[in-house]
Amino acid sequence: MTAPLRWRVAHLAAVRPETPSARTLVLQVPDWPGHLAGQHLDVRLTAEDGYTAQRSYSLAAPADGDRIELTVQRVIDGEVSPYLIDTFAVGNPVEVRGPVGGWFVWQPTQPDPVLLIAGGSGIVPLMAMVRARRAAGSRAPFRLIYSARTPAEVLYTAELHRPQPGDGGLDVRFVYTRQTASSRPPGRITAYDIASAGWPVDFRPRCFVCGPTGFVETVADILVGLGHDPRQVRTERFGPTGGPDG
Amino acid sequence: MDEQYQDGNALAGPLSEVFAVDVTAATTHCASCSRTGPVATLRVYGQSPGLVARCPGCESVVLRLVRGPTSIWLDLRGTMHLEIPLADASD
Repeated sequence: MTAPLRWRVAHLAAVRPETPSARTLVLQVPDWPGHLAGQHLDVRLTAEDGYTAQRSYSLAAPADGDRIELTVQRVIDGEVSPYLIDTFAVGNPVEVRGPVGGWFVWQPTQPDPVLLIAGGSGIVPLMAMVRARRAAGSRAPFRLIYSARTPAEVLYTAELHRPQPGDGGLDVRFVYTRQTASSRPPGRITAYDIASAGWPVDFRPRCFVCGPTGFVETVADILVGLGHDPRQVRTERFGPTGGPDG
Repeated sequence: MDEQYQDGNALAGPLSEVFAVDVTAATTHCASCSRTGPVATLRVYGQSPGLVARCPGCESVVLRLVRGPTSIWLDLRGTMHLEIPLADASD
C-alpha cells in the first residue's frame, strides 16, 4: 500500500450459496492490487436519497486476478447483509475500498505452526488463510478448530470435510454448541477442546482467533491460560450481532 | 463500558483514507496507563459520531476519528506515540 485508498466500483460476477443464511459473492474489481489472507474489504451502499451504509467484510480467498470473494452472513434486521444476500444480483455495481488491515494476516512465507480458531462466521478470514496456504504450496502445519451452532451452519463444509489437494498438514476439528454430529456433547468451546485439538505450547504456534466478541475473549483467555505467549495470539472480533449492525 | 465494541482492526478502512501505511499494525503507547500494543487490539466503539478507540487495559480514549463532509478529524491526545513498522507489517 503506497497511497491512501480510494473507493472504487466493483461488479458482482458470481454467487455461491454456502448455507441458508450465507452466500459467497465473487466481485470483479478492476486493477485489484492483491491482498494478504486475513485482510478486509470495506463495502459501501448508497440509497437513492444519498444515505450511505458501510461495512467491512473479510476477504474469503486469495485473489484470482481481478476477482475477489467475500462470504456474507445474514444479520437479522441488518442494513447491509440482507441486501447483499437477497437483492444484489450478478452484474450489479457496489462501491468497495481495500484491501485494508495489516495485523490479522498470515503470509505463506511464515513456516511456523498455525492454530486457527473460528466462532461462527469468524471462519471467513481463517478460511482465506487455509486457501492461501493451499494456493502457495506452503507446508506450514495448520490446525483449525471451528465452533458452529449446528453442522448445518458450517460454512465451506464440503471443502473442510474433504481434504483438497495441497491440504496435507491441515487438521480440522469441529465443535458444535447446539446440535452435534459427533461424540462430543454440544457445548461451548473449552480449554480441553483447544488443548486437545491445538498445538502444544512449546511449538510456539501463531494463533488466529476470529468470531463474536464473547467467543474471542473466551478463547484468547484460554490460550493464554494454557501458556501461549499473548504476543502470538492475534484476534479479530465482530460485534455481538455478527458485524457492526450487519 | 458495554460490550458493543469491535477491535482496532475496524479502524483499518477509515484510517486508510488518511495514512498511506496500515496503522492497525502500528504499536500505540497509551498516554493514560502506558500500555503498549497494536492499534488492532484497541476497543473501538462506533455508536458516537465517528469512531472512538479505547485502551483495552484502562478504557481511556486513545484515538478518535470523525469524518465530516469536507474533512477528517483525528484526535490522538490519548496516544503517547505510535510506532509504525516500515516493512510490510505482519510480524
